[in-house]
Amino acid sequence: MSLLSKQNSEALLGPLNKNNPIAVQVLGICSALAVTSQLKPAIVMGLSVTIITAFSNVIISLIRKTIPNRIRIIVQLVVVAALVTIVSNILKAYVYDVSVQLSVYVGLIITNCILMGRLEAFALQNGPWSSFLDGVGNGLGYAVILVIVGFVRELLGSGCLLGVKLIPDSWLLENGGLYLHNGMMTMPAMALIIVACVIWVHRSCNKDIE
Amino acid sequence: MEHFFSLFVRSIFVDNMIFAFFLGMCSYLAVSKTVKTSVGLGCAVTFVLLITVPVDYLLQTKLLSADSFLGIDLTFLSFILFIAVIAAMTQLVEMFVERFSPSLYSALGIFLPLIAVNCAIMGASLFMQQRIQMNPDNAQYIGGVGDCLAYALGSGIGWTLAIVSLAAIREKMAYCDVPKPLRGLGITFITVGLMAMAFMCFSGLKL
Repeated sequence: MSLLSKQNSEALLGPLNKNNPIAVQVLGICSALAVTSQLKPAIVMGLSVTIITAFSNVIISLIRKTIPNRIRIIVQLVVVAALVTIVSNILKAYVYDVSVQLSVYVGLIITNCILMGRLEAFALQNGPWSSFLDGVGNGLGYAVILVIVGFVRELLGSGCLLGVKLIPDSWLLENGGLYLHNGMMTMPAMALIIVACVIWVHRSCNKDIE
Repeated sequence: MEHFFSLFVRSIFVDNMIFAFFLGMCSYLAVSKTVKTSVGLGCAVTFVLLITVPVDYLLQTKLLSADSFLGIDLTFLSFILFIAVIAAMTQLVEMFVERFSPSLYSALGIFLPLIAVNCAIMGASLFMQQRIQMNPDNAQYIGGVGDCLAYALGSGIGWTLAIVSLAAIREKMAYCDVPKPLRGLGITFITVGLMAMAFMCFSGLKL
């Protein structure tokens, strides 16, 4: 019983690539698309989901033997809703501007399919420590995709990263340069197409995934 | 009356749940394989929306807000209360569908109980919570149960419209020669992206 046995490291690292929640399991798409027009909200959202997934997995795993099977969905929802309320208030207190930007999508972590999926599929059968690792792994797998999409959209859409200008104004067309920001990238529609490209690359690299 | 109508049309086309806010994506992508089941799921979502949004509106204004009869600001409890209402309503719809349309019940399978965690339903309640604080002149303002009904009906119809049209496209796309790694999920995302671009044209609509 070492802390990182083979099975546990599989639970932690699998979701980062082979078993990615967004690209392979198709869970939690809604918020992945809506919050990624800039990099900063994407990172905050990824971290919040990782924390909530990890701790809800631990709590459900601890009480898994006492929950009656028939009402387990309600119990899971209440645990998740309580954790989301805490995280939402922490975000409001410390990073108010990001929490305004994320608006309803923080509350929508409750209905994020990754949470319910991991609780049903993993935490109800496994002990707290491996559930914790599974939650962290899946949260990070989700965050990785968010960061990739946020990176591309902010860089091409407004020439910034984390609010720092990377493409100098003198390159722009109106200042005599040859560069133009791709305004389409800040629109919601492009998020879908970038996620599609991520999936395309991911599947080309992992041929065995259906 | 005019506000009622404009709220209804806006929530179908301009503030479309799928194309403007990406809410309810999981079941949207998974169930949109045939037109028939997608119509059924669309109706179920519309029905749940029509009940939960007004109920959550009454809870928000009469129980949770600071000027309710309790006199305490309890809005931090709104997430838990809203999700409880939604879960209960979904249970009701599930029993209803099982009783009156067993074929639809088996076609929807796991996605019927999963309406409880459909982001579109929770999202509509959370948007309603934001919109009651808006300026009454705003086209998105919600100021009563009537407005809630218009908003819920419009959002539900918008969601149904989106899922049925995607299902129709996917039925045709089964005969297309798509590059192998894009098949299935990838090409569906690109299709939805193109549909979202088409729906962006409605955002210029002045109502």
